[in-house]
Order: sequence, then C-alpha cells, then structure tokens
Amino acid sequence: MANLQVNGEELEIPELDPQTPLLWVLRDHLHLTGTRYGCGKGLCGACTVQIDGSPARACITPVSAASDREVTTIEGLRGPVCESLRDAWREENVPQCGFCQGGQLMTAEHQLRTNPTASAEQRQTAMSGNICRCGAYSRIKKALERASEDLQQEAK
Amino acid sequence: MKSIDRRSFLRQSLAGSLTLGFSLQGPGLIAKATAAQIFDPSTLASDWAPSIFVSIAKEGTITIVAHRSEMGTGIGTSLPMVLADEMDADWDDVQIVQADGDRKYGSQNTDGSRSIREFYERMRIVGATVRRMLILAAANLDGGDPTDYYAKDSSVRKKGSQKAIPFGALVEEAAKLERPDRGSLVLKTPEQRNFVGKETAVPLRDMDAILDGSAQFGLDLRLPEMRYAVIARCPVVGGKPVKWDEAAALAVPGVEQVFAVDGPPAEGPYFFNALGGVAVIARDTWSAMQGRDKLAIEWDEGPHASWNTEEQMAGLKASAEQEGQKVRSNGDIDAGLKEGRLIESEYALPHLAHAPMETPCATAVVTENSAEVWMPTQTPQSARQNVAQNLGMDQANVAIHVTLLGGGFGRKSKPDYGVEAALLAKEVGKPVQLLWTREDDIRHGYFHAVSAMRFTAALDDDHRPTALRARTAFTPIAYTFSPGAKVGTPGECGMGLSDMPYDIANVRVETGQADPHLRIGWLRSVCNIFHAHGVSCFADELAAEAGADPLDYLLDLIGEPRHISQETLGSAYSNYGGSLEEQPVDTGRIRAVLERVAANADWKARRAALTGTSKPWKGIGLAVHRSFLGYVANAVEVEISESGVLSIPKVHIALDCGLAIHPDRVRAQMEGAAVFGISLAKYGKITGKDGRVEQSNFHDYPVARMNDAPGEIHVDLMQNEEMSTGVGEVGVPPFSPALLNAIFDATGVRHRSLPLADLDLRPA
Repeated sequence: MANLQVNGEELEIPELDPQTPLLWVLRDHLHLTGTRYGCGKGLCGACTVQIDGSPARACITPVSAASDREVTTIEGLRGPVCESLRDAWREENVPQCGFCQGGQLMTAEHQLRTNPTASAEQRQTAMSGNICRCGAYSRIKKALERASEDLQQEAK
Repeated sequence: MKSIDRRSFLRQSLAGSLTLGFSLQGPGLIAKATAAQIFDPSTLASDWAPSIFVSIAKEGTITIVAHRSEMGTGIGTSLPMVLADEMDADWDDVQIVQADGDRKYGSQNTDGSRSIREFYERMRIVGATVRRMLILAAANLDGGDPTDYYAKDSSVRKKGSQKAIPFGALVEEAAKLERPDRGSLVLKTPEQRNFVGKETAVPLRDMDAILDGSAQFGLDLRLPEMRYAVIARCPVVGGKPVKWDEAAALAVPGVEQVFAVDGPPAEGPYFFNALGGVAVIARDTWSAMQGRDKLAIEWDEGPHASWNTEEQMAGLKASAEQEGQKVRSNGDIDAGLKEGRLIESEYALPHLAHAPMETPCATAVVTENSAEVWMPTQTPQSARQNVAQNLGMDQANVAIHVTLLGGGFGRKSKPDYGVEAALLAKEVGKPVQLLWTREDDIRHGYFHAVSAMRFTAALDDDHRPTALRARTAFTPIAYTFSPGAKVGTPGECGMGLSDMPYDIANVRVETGQADPHLRIGWLRSVCNIFHAHGVSCFADELAAEAGADPLDYLLDLIGEPRHISQETLGSAYSNYGGSLEEQPVDTGRIRAVLERVAANADWKARRAALTGTSKPWKGIGLAVHRSFLGYVANAVEVEISESGVLSIPKVHIALDCGLAIHPDRVRAQMEGAAVFGISLAKYGKITGKDGRVEQSNFHDYPVARMNDAPGEIHVDLMQNEEMSTGVGEVGVPPFSPALLNAIFDATGVRHRSLPLADLDLRPA
C-alpha cells in the first residue's frame, strides 16, 4: 500500500505499476470518477486535475509523479475563484452533456486564480487544450468573463 | 427542482434490486431475481402514481420520469418541465428520475430529433390529466363545484378565496378518482404557461452534479468485485483473431483473464452485435489496456482488407457521373439539359466519426438467466433487445439502466458496446465495466457515409436554371444490416437532396452505387450533412456564374412561398415520418429564416464592406436548409490570414422550430451545431488504407477547440406557435456550405471537398 494526497486527504492506494496514470488510480482505485477519460493521450483535457495547484493531465501523469504532491480533483475543488466560476457556469447555462466541464473548470480555475486580469486572448489560449465536443465554447468564454468580473467586483 | 444526490440516488435505485443482493450474497441470488424487482423509477416517492411518467407523494414531492436520454440537449429537463408546467407544479417540488429501458414509455430512442416532436403533446396530456384530477379531488373534499377551482404552484385554489390545498394533501382523494378522458381535458393556452417557451424556463437537471463532478456517466458505476475490460478488435471490419499471446497479456500485473469474443460474419450483417476480438479483463482499466498491448494478435482480416479511400472515392465519383436510380423526377431532365449553358460541379465529402467526449462504455452484471447493464445509451429499448438476444434471454430478465451520456451524436443509438459488456460479464461471472478507448472509438465505430455528388444545371439567358440534375453516391446505412445494400436509399436521399426546395421546372435526383467497407451509421443530421453541402454550395456557384448577389439569387431560386407537393418530391419522400399535410416543405418558412438571418447579419452592407479585402481575406456566406421538419439559415463571416489560417469572427443563425419549448437549450443546440459544423468542415476525415481506419485519436482526428470556435454566435428564434420540432440536428447541415460560400466570397476560390485542413485556402 502507498499513499496519495488527494483533495486534502491522505488516501491509501494499492501497490501499482508506478507508470499507472493518475487518472486510473483516481477512478478505479479511489472511485473519484469526476475526473473523466477522453483520450488517454493528453489531447482533450477531460481528465484535467491540479497538482500543487497547477493543471495536469491525469491520463498521462504517472501516479509516481503525483506522490508527495497535492492532487485536487473536481470533487475537491474549492475556494472563492472556483465558486464564482461555478456561479458563472450556472448563470450562462454553460454545460450541454457536461462530460468535459470538470476539466474545463480545473483549467479555468487555475487561469483565473493565477492571472485574474488575463486578456480574452490569453484566456482562449489557456482553454484551448480542453475540448468540448458539444461546442459550448462561446458560453465558456462568457462565463469566464463573468466570473472574472465578479471576482474583481468583490475585490474592490 | 429538488436535488437528488447522485450517489445516494444510485444507492437508492439499487436498494432491494439485484446488485445489492450480489454484493452481499454472491451471484447465486441474482439468478432467483426477476426483472420485476429491478428498480422502477415511477415507484419512487409515490403515494399516487396517476401515470408511468409522474407520481406524487403526500409530503409533496412530485416525481417525474425522464424517459428519453440526456446527452446534452437538455431533454432530461425539458420534457419533465412540460409535464410540470401543464400540471402547475412548483419546480422546487419536482424531482426527475431517469427511466430504465421499457416499452411501456413509448419510444425511448433519443434520435432523429424526435423527443419534443413525439412527446411534447403527450407530456402535456399527462400533466393536464393530473391537474384535472387534483382539481376534482379538491372540489370533492370541499363539496364545491370543480369549475371554481384552479391549480397553481403545486396546490389547488378556489377562485376568490385565500385557501390553497397542497397537491400532497389531495393525493388520497385523487387516487379514488377515475382518470378523466382526453375530451374533458383543457390544455393550457400560451398565456397560461409557466415554463414552456420562457427565456427563464427552469434550471438544468444535472447542473450541480456536472459542476461538482458527481454526475454519473457511463463509466462511473463502481460495484463490488467489478472488473475492468478492454477488447482488441480487428483493425479491419469483420476480421477475426487467429492467434494471440495470452501468456504475455496475463503476465501484466493486474490482468486476470484473456479470451476471444465472437464477431459477426466477415461480410456482415453487423447489426448491433459485438465486433470480434480478444478481451482482456483486469483489476483496473490501465492493466487491461497494458495487457491488450501485449497480445500481438494475428488476424484473419477478411474481405475488407482491400479498402482504400482513394479507390473508394474514385468509385463514388464514377457512380455520380453515371445514371443512377431515380429518386425524384420533375419535367423532362434530358430535354432540359440540352438547352442553355451547362454548369457542372462535383463535391466529395469523407467518412466521419462521432467522437463523443465520452467513448462508448458499459457496465454489466450477468447471471444464468438475468442481466443488468448500465450504459450511456440513446436507445435503452434497443439495448435491451440486443443484449437479451445475444445472451439468449427473455427481455423481461434484462434491465438497461440509462446513465448520463457524455455526448451521443448518434453513436450511442447503436448499443453494440452494451452487448459486448454483457457478453464479457457472462464469461467472467462478475460485474464487468467495458471501456472503448479513444482509439477504439475512432477506428471501430459506425461511420457517417463517405459521399460524392455531381450537380448539373442548364441556365437560361437570365442565368436561372431551367433544369437541374443531382446525382449522389454514398455508403448507405442499410449496409450495416444487409451486406448487399450498396446504393443510397430514397429515405437517405430525402435528407436534404430530393427535398431541395428550388423552383426549377426540370429536376432529377439519382442515387448510385457505393462500395462500403465499414459499419455505416447515422451521425447528427445524417445525409443532410453532404446533401445540404452540395445543394447550398451549388446554388452559390450558380449565383456567382450569374454575377448576382447570393441572397437575391437564392431567394429567386427558392421562389414564391408554397408547399412542395409529394408528387414533386417523389413518392418515396418520407418527410422524417411526418405528414406533408401538417408539416409541409414550406418555402415560405425557408425564405423567412433566410431573410431573417440576412437582416441580422446586415448581409448587403457586410458583404460590401468585406469584398475585396486581402491579407487577411474576408468574406461572408449564406446557406439555408430544412431538415427534421425545422428550418435553419446561417450567415458566416470568415477571415483567412496571410498564412492561410481560417478564423470565423461571426456567425448568425436563424431557426424556425415552431414553438421553442426551452429557448435557452434550443439556442445552445444551435451554438453547438455551428461548432460541430466547424469540426466537420475544417478537420473531419476518416480514411482507410489496407482496410484500416487511418485515424485514431484527437491528434489525427481533430475536433474544434475554443480557438477554432466563432468569435461571436448570434442565434435568433422565429417565435411562432407552429408544431414544435426537435433541434438536435437541424442546426448542423447549413453550416458547412455557408462557411464554404464565405470562403469563396473572401478568396474567389471554390472548394468542393472537405476537410479544409487539407487545402490551402489562400487565393492562388
């Protein structure tokens, strides 16, 4: 047995091939299924988690690379930035099928937290690694903008 | 709406059913269970269940059953909302549960843009029935006259009185009443609606669960003892494994079992059965995938190993050059094409894969005589039938539980992956969760047809066509079910080609031979994709030949507002199963959306402003198309940079879908359709070499990302009270031709094949 820090908890995982991607450890061993499988190659962003606060593709991150680091999944994403994002996502009715949205939020949260006054172009660049096959992009953009404005209002 | 914790709901739904028994007492118990014990959502929180779609508890909870699948259209919210509105429920009292696959609900096949079309009226009638019974119950308890009572916000009130009796308090009395007949029901007038057609409507059923990660998609069930599986399928359709290295796969830590899965006959029919291959069962998904990589399978590839796209496309083009089977014939085409100036164009569009974000997947528990499958399916009834058939079981002993779908686009109306999971679970004797990897999804699906079309028009001195012949050749869906079917059917031609709305005296539509080598399936808007592309691009070509404004030319081509007759459209034209009398091919509505979108886009001024720009080259294009009984027009603005990069600053969309039930979700479908259109136009291409699909994942089968998406999308709904049509597909067809017409406007270069990523878009 080994341990993994996930969402502020120290969780036990079985002995595994250290190359096992974090995605499958989260999903199959820890039953944290909010992190989705979309491509297995780091191409679509559906599996985005944060490791020490930075976005990472869980499908190509070996579990060994996550040991002794803090993993945050969509189930454990908290804080004012994330809450204003969730509110904005509700306001704009962003999701269609919703499958990619956990990953979208993980990326968006990092972007907004680390660069609150990013330009529209910077935001788009940051978000272009996350595919939404339903095509909710225009609403994701609007919601990000709304969340950013809300946070700046609150900061005043 | 009442929130149901997804996980506790799942536990609740399993309580007393097979799976809990399984976890506590082992597989023996399941064999004794019957399907009747399987969770039936209509029994949840029910003290009174006046319908299979709704029940009311004394404490006030109103449970409404969503029987159609939620894949992102919002239907899991919209149809329950219709029922809730008609019965005057307070949305806060409503909880929605997802139905299992069961014929009692009527069709659950969430496909063909049919949910609203087929169930809007039925949900209203159920709602009105419940409202009527609750009102009668209140009058009975009061000893009053029912005409003095009305329903509002989950209670029945008496006119002129403050008194409000909550629905829950009326349940006991209502349960004693006979169901009123349809004739005695009064449906709401538009003014009486609370949610239907309102901008504010109601929040989405699954919003919170989506945002916190608890939403249950197809791969999210976790059962005790569950094993994880992948299948190695032959790269060539119909091929079979001959030899494989079982020991090498079993040597991977975590891999527990390796066995062959029977496939279809090499030449089909394929139906919704498993594709043959070798299954790997493991303690987690990663081990299963690692094991699969070690199999080193030798395949008997079968006859489709000869498939090569270049040859196939040459064959389709040759078919489109020859006389094919007649689908529509007006006037005298042969005479018509002998007079005037001939214009001819050929269009070629590739195979496409659905590529929903969630790949096909399913979880199954199978015993000697019962089966349960949890899957993201558009069609739980077909899944039930196919699983039962493959297991040799009675459907009554098979339960299909519908999870959320991470996108569908038609892929998930083929339940083959549920069949596969059931076959594996039967062999393993434990719950099995089957994953299709993205590579499996891109290589082994049910593909959208590859097509070639040739249009020939004779123009008179005013540059107006007096005759138009359209020849299409594409791999028909029927091939999946009948190996001899190699000619596109009249039904498929009726999707966008034989129903072309142009006012031309001599018209002929013909369909020719194709050479299919894949399982062919329907994909969002089906044959409308290539037919609308050809029909709308060709009209734009004719406008250019005439030196006319494309809008003016197109309006003239469509002609006066009229209903196109069955005789004109051809006897085989099926109008999406709708009556031509009630839902005619109405050129008035086609014109109206076109004129609306042109006005919104400020067509003439924008065109004048953009014409002649260079580096970047800018342009605007139009297209209009009727499909699935709805009408959509697009105006697309493009910009092509000096290095040839295409961007789409602005898209205008006008939609006439009759009464829009949930306007926000309707708009979302149009926005998504534009992005879907960008994906297919810019990148969509499945090709074959030596029988194999050459693409495998998002690096070589890209779909639109945020940087590909339009800068702005403006959606305008034609507000009317016409019969509501579904909107999942109608937005897709006109997008790619409007885009290509815009590129022509920008560069003067006419592109006739897709995807654009293969082309240099800059003027020569």
